[in-house]
Amino acid sequence: MNNAQCPFQFLTASYLVRILDVKASTLADLADGLEKCSDGSIFFHTFQSLGRHHFLTEGFSNDFAQWILTACNRAELAEQLASLDIRDYTAIPELRADLRRIVKDYCEQHSAFATQQAFEEFPFCEAVEVTTPLGIQAWDLRQFSAGLGRLSHASLHYHFIASRLRLHFSTNDFSQWLENCLGLKSLASRINQIDIYTNTLDSLRDLLMNLIEPELHT
Amino acid sequence: MTSETNVLRKIYLDDYSPILGEAEVDELRALAHPLHGHTVQMVNSTALGGGVAEILTRLVPILQELGLSVRWDIITGGNEFFAITKAFHNALHGGPYPLPPESFDAFLATNEQNLTRLRMDCEFTVIHDPQPVALIKGRENNSGHWVWRCHIDLSRPNLTVWEFLKPWVSKYDGAIFSSPEFTKSLSIPEYLFFPCIDPLSEKNRELEPEEMRAVLERYRINPRRNILTQISRFDRLKDPVGVVRAYRIVKRYFDCQLVLAGGKADDDPEGETVLQEVIEAAQNDPDIHILNLPPWSPTEINALQQASTLVIQKSLREGFGLTVAEALWKKKPVVASAVGGIPLQVIHKHTGLLAHSVEGAAYQIRFLLSNPALAAKLGQQGHEHVREHFLITSNARRYLTLFLLFLRAGK
Repeated sequence: MNNAQCPFQFLTASYLVRILDVKASTLADLADGLEKCSDGSIFFHTFQSLGRHHFLTEGFSNDFAQWILTACNRAELAEQLASLDIRDYTAIPELRADLRRIVKDYCEQHSAFATQQAFEEFPFCEAVEVTTPLGIQAWDLRQFSAGLGRLSHASLHYHFIASRLRLHFSTNDFSQWLENCLGLKSLASRINQIDIYTNTLDSLRDLLMNLIEPELHT
Repeated sequence: MTSETNVLRKIYLDDYSPILGEAEVDELRALAHPLHGHTVQMVNSTALGGGVAEILTRLVPILQELGLSVRWDIITGGNEFFAITKAFHNALHGGPYPLPPESFDAFLATNEQNLTRLRMDCEFTVIHDPQPVALIKGRENNSGHWVWRCHIDLSRPNLTVWEFLKPWVSKYDGAIFSSPEFTKSLSIPEYLFFPCIDPLSEKNRELEPEEMRAVLERYRINPRRNILTQISRFDRLKDPVGVVRAYRIVKRYFDCQLVLAGGKADDDPEGETVLQEVIEAAQNDPDIHILNLPPWSPTEINALQQASTLVIQKSLREGFGLTVAEALWKKKPVVASAVGGIPLQVIHKHTGLLAHSVEGAAYQIRFLLSNPALAAKLGQQGHEHVREHFLITSNARRYLTLFLLFLRAGK
């Protein structure tokens, strides 16, 4: 079994939620808020929301889409926002621009709905990240597999989902290490194809293990 | 008058492993590792009774078990002080403030007296609710990190009281609220910590079938028929009469019983009147069980929730509404109003169903009774939602994260 030149360090991230002084009670407010809020807020309501609700595998994508569906009753706009795939984004400004464009276009096309009061307000929040080493590292695929088995949901989210923003590349920490440090390009690619929208973090772990298992015997 | 340090029963973190999984417990330990030996002081105004004491009774031992040196101090005061803080409480919820301006001086004097008795020398100090808010005067040379944990809804306060408290709150390094809806605009960072339930407590532990059966027999509830339950005190804001009306609509289509269980809050003079209104609305229907429970009935509440086919929380206004989290933890499908902290717990069509009227609630109940597989799925997802966000261990994790953030930021 190949040894890596550098080990994979398993970390975990814990998030503190800050409540911002930005709220939306109409779709027009939401468009404004999407312009004014911090990058941490966009992250919280999209990338982090997916992690917080990982156990929902049907129809939940991000907080904005959920609010538009349940508080504004605008299913077609909710669908447009829900269909944004965070895997396509490696930087928050790009994601913010698309979110804002979709909401703004809708408001322009449906001006009566733009100022309609929602059932409840949308409070913008932001996530403040604190990372901590878990004290687990892997020098080869077997140790990596063992490490995966011991990871919490937060750690899986940090390495597999939030990592795109850190790496500024359409991949994740696991695939990056497997390809660059162990030379397992095909395995890295297959792992990167796992659909995080239709899996829970637990089923994500099972899929990872299933993909790695045959490689342990080659 | 002596301030007290509360000594608590030890809690073993490993007891939570079967519920959370070992990885989650290991992660809590990893987060706590850099905080080993660091000192934390929690201060509130009561050791027993009320949600804050209930949370601290479990949270403090968990943080101690994680290696932090945590002390829980309770301020004391005379009858006058607690009459003032009760008036503060009502006023912060939007009511009038009937006391004279001198009451503010008396409030500050009691905080001063507590400062002469309490040691305020920890690295992290968490002051709970308004009663001890002025203890921050004892912070020496801007030392340590001080946070104000506000457990009440501040969104519509009486301005006389809020304008008095606000300068004190603004001296802290941060404030913690239970819901974004409960906040006031402040000059300090505001953090979101959800209230929480303890899965190992008497109210939430998994009961043996015979324990459940005993409670149902005592109240003559038939476990073989549908049971719709709302647990809440008899208060108009919980709309118990609205629940009876929704039940009557459902009853046209489904055989079911309704359980309205709760108590009358001692400080609510309307409780008896509302109870009579509910009895009148029930019109001697033998399938409506109105249970006026004693104030501390955790096993009964647990059994009624676990035995329910479906749990309702049709409040007109609500604080956080932790009875919803309790029901979701028991994997029950929930139909609830979209008010207060409820939408944070019931994610519509994912962890339960939201309603905005009596007719809407009745429709959602009928929908779930017609679709038991979907009801079970919502209950299961609700359970996962609570596991991720509303357990005492999640609360411990948030405190660890806050302390780590302070520690790494330095001064």
